[in-house]
Amino acid sequence: MNFDLSKTQKMLQASAQTFFQRECPIIKIREIIDSEQGHDKDLWTGIAEQGWTGLILPEEHDGLALSLVDLAAVAEEMGKACIPSPFIASTWASTLIAASDNSTLKQNLLPKLALGESIATVAILEDGSNWDSTSVQLAAQPGDSGTILSGSKKLVLDAESADTILVVARQGTELIIAVVDKSAKGLRINATPGMDLTRRYYQVDFDQVAADVLASGAIAENALKRSTQTAAIITCADLLGGMEWVLKTTVEYAKSRQQFGKAIGSYQAVQHQCADMLLMNESARSATYYAAWALYENDPASDEAINIAKAYCSEAARLVGNSGIQIHGGIGFTWEHDLHLYYKRAKSSEYLFGDQSHHREQLAKLIID
Amino acid sequence: MDLNLTESELRFRDQLRAWLKNNLPEKPIKAKSDHDPDYWSNLRSWQNKMFEGGWAGVTWPKEFGGRGATSIEAGIYMEEMAALDAPERVGTIGEGLIGPTIMAEGSDEQKEFFLPRILNATDIWCQGFSEPDSGSDVASLATKAVRDGDNFVVNGQKIWTSYAAVADWCLLLVRTDNNVAKHKGISALLVDMKSEGVSVRPLRQMSGESAFNEMFFTNVRVPARNLIGELNDGWRITITTLMNERANLGSSIYILFRKNLTALIKRMKELKSGGMCLSDDPINRQKIAQMYLELEIFKLTTNRALSKIANNATPGPEGSILKIYWSEMNQRLVQSAMEILGDQAQLQDFDDGSWVHGYLRSRGNTIEAGTSEIQRNIIAQRVLGLPRSY
Repeated sequence: MNFDLSKTQKMLQASAQTFFQRECPIIKIREIIDSEQGHDKDLWTGIAEQGWTGLILPEEHDGLALSLVDLAAVAEEMGKACIPSPFIASTWASTLIAASDNSTLKQNLLPKLALGESIATVAILEDGSNWDSTSVQLAAQPGDSGTILSGSKKLVLDAESADTILVVARQGTELIIAVVDKSAKGLRINATPGMDLTRRYYQVDFDQVAADVLASGAIAENALKRSTQTAAIITCADLLGGMEWVLKTTVEYAKSRQQFGKAIGSYQAVQHQCADMLLMNESARSATYYAAWALYENDPASDEAINIAKAYCSEAARLVGNSGIQIHGGIGFTWEHDLHLYYKRAKSSEYLFGDQSHHREQLAKLIID
Repeated sequence: MDLNLTESELRFRDQLRAWLKNNLPEKPIKAKSDHDPDYWSNLRSWQNKMFEGGWAGVTWPKEFGGRGATSIEAGIYMEEMAALDAPERVGTIGEGLIGPTIMAEGSDEQKEFFLPRILNATDIWCQGFSEPDSGSDVASLATKAVRDGDNFVVNGQKIWTSYAAVADWCLLLVRTDNNVAKHKGISALLVDMKSEGVSVRPLRQMSGESAFNEMFFTNVRVPARNLIGELNDGWRITITTLMNERANLGSSIYILFRKNLTALIKRMKELKSGGMCLSDDPINRQKIAQMYLELEIFKLTTNRALSKIANNATPGPEGSILKIYWSEMNQRLVQSAMEILGDQAQLQDFDDGSWVHGYLRSRGNTIEAGTSEIQRNIIAQRVLGLPRSY
C-alpha cells in the first residue's frame, strides 16, 4: 500500500504551483475580482495550454486521460492560489458530457472544452431544491428535435463566461440533461453576486428555450452523479489548497508578530490553534486524495469516500479560516488582508455539491439503512 | 498512489488470519476480578503460543527473532488481531517499547538475555517513568540511584505504571546526577521486579478497573550491569522509547472503535424514542455519519503515516497528530453514543455497562501517552517551528 503521490504527480503539482505563482499572484487576483466578468481569458488560455482543462477527459476527445488524483493535485494548487476561474464549473460540465451517451453532442462539445477553447457550466439548483437530483423540477417538454425548457435556475456558476450551459431538468418523471448555447433565444442571465469574490453566480431563466438532450433517465442520473462526485472532489482539493495557504500564512505571522516582548507564536493559546489547523489539514488531505483515488479506481467504497471528504473538508476549511483570522488579530479582519478572499471562497465551496449536512445524510443512508 | 495491498502484504495478512483462526482461544480471556491470577497466566500462555507460531515481535529484525515486518504489515497485524477479538497482548510494552530500546541501546549481554524472554512471554515488562511530581515534565523525575560497589541503590516512587502488578522487569528512569540540567542527569536501569524493596500498589481508575499502579522503591539494589546505555544518557533513551510508542500508530484502535460504532448502529435500529426508531431520527443520523467519517479519516491518516514510514523509515510527528486525533475523536464518539441511546445508557446493566465504561474510560485518552496539551506543543514546536512556550 502506498499513499504517496508518485514522482510524476509531485512534479505535476509543483509545476502547477509555479505556474500560478508566476501567472496569477495575489495582486492580479484582486484585479480579476474587480473586473466585469471576473475571469481572465489569458489566464484561462494558460491553464488550457498546460493541459489542465482536458486532464481527465478521454483521449478520443483530445483529453489527456489522466487520473482524478492528478487533477486533485492541480486543483489543490488552484485553491492555494485562490484563482478566480470557471475551472470547477467547466470540469463539472465536461465530465457530465463525457459520462453521457449522446455521441454526436459529445463529439461536438468535448474537444473544444478539453482544449480550453470553450467553457461550459451546469445549472441544477432551483428555488426549493437541494443537491439531491430528485428535487429537480424544471420542466422540459419534448420538442421537434430535442426539448423545450421553461423555468428558472439559480446559483449557476460562471453562466456569463460560459459558452454552453447544461441544464438538469425533468421531462415527465424522467431526469434529463439538456444542452443550450448561451446565446439561445428565450434564455436570460442575471448576475447574483455572492459572498465569494472569486466565483460568479447567476440566475438563469428559461422561456421556452429549445435545447438538445445529452442524456435522459438512468443514464442522466448516473452521469450527473459521477460528474457531481468528480466536481465535489475537485472542490475538496480546492478547499485543501486554501487551508494550506491559511496555515502557512498564519504560522509565519505568529513567528514574526511580537507582543509583550515575544513572538505571539510562543503563547500556547496561539500555538495550540496552529497545531489544530495542521491536524485538520492533514485529515483533509487524507480524505481528499483517498476519495480521488477511490472514485478513479471505481472502488466499492467510493460513494462513501466522497461523502466523507466533502463533509469533512467543508467544515475543516471554515474552522481553519476562523483560526487564521483570529490569530492575525485586527489585521486579519480587514479587506486589505488576503485572508477574507480565502475565507469567503471556503464558504461557497462548503455549499457547492452539497454541504456537510447533505453529505452526512447521504452517508447515513449508506451506513445505517 | 495505490491504496490496494500489495501481493506480499496480502500474503502476510492471509497467513496471519489463517493462523489466528486455527489458534485463537475458544472463549475470550476475561478477568473474573481485579486480582485474578488465572487471567495473567492465560494471557502469558497466549503470548507464548503466538511466539511458537512465529507471530510475536513481527516488526523485530530477523536476527532478534522477529519477522522484519514493514510498517504496513505492522498495521495489518494490529488490524487483524483486533478484528478477530484476539486477547490483550500482555507483552505489548516489552515487544513495542523495551525490546526496540534494548536492540538500539543495550549491550550484547543485555540483548542476548532479555530479547528472547520478551518474545516468548517469559518476561512481562512495565515502564517506570512518571512520578507524582513528574508527569508531563517527566525530566524533572526524582527517583534516585546512587552507585554502591557493583550496584545502584534506588529510592523513589513511580505512578501510572501499567502492568506493574504482573511485570517481571521494569525499565526504570532514575536520577544519577543532581548537579547538571535535569535531563542530563537521568539514567535508565533494567530492574528485576522481584528485587527486595520493590512494592506495587494498584490504583483504581474512575472507569472502575485498576489497570495502572504506583511502584515504591526502598533501597532497591540493582546490578550496575543493568544500566542500559551510558550513565546519564537516559533522557535520550527515553525519547527513543517514546518515539517507538508513537510509531505504534493505532491500527487496532480503528478496529475497536469501528466495532463500537457497528454495535451502536445495531442498537439504534432496535430502540425507539418518542415513537421514532433511533435510526430514523435525522439528528441521530447526522451524529452517526459524523462519527463514521471521523473514524474513517483516522484510518486513512494512519495508513498514510505508515506508508510514509515505509518509504522513509523514520517515524516523524505523525504520532502526535494521530494521538490527538483519535483520543479527542473517541471522546466525541462516546458522548454521541450516550446522547443517542438516551437515559438508559447510564445504567450499569444496560449492555453490560459497556457504554458507561467506554464513556468514563475515554476521559483518560487525552491524558495518557502524552497529554493533548503536550502533543500540541510538540506539533507547534517541532513541525511548525514555533518558539518554545516554556
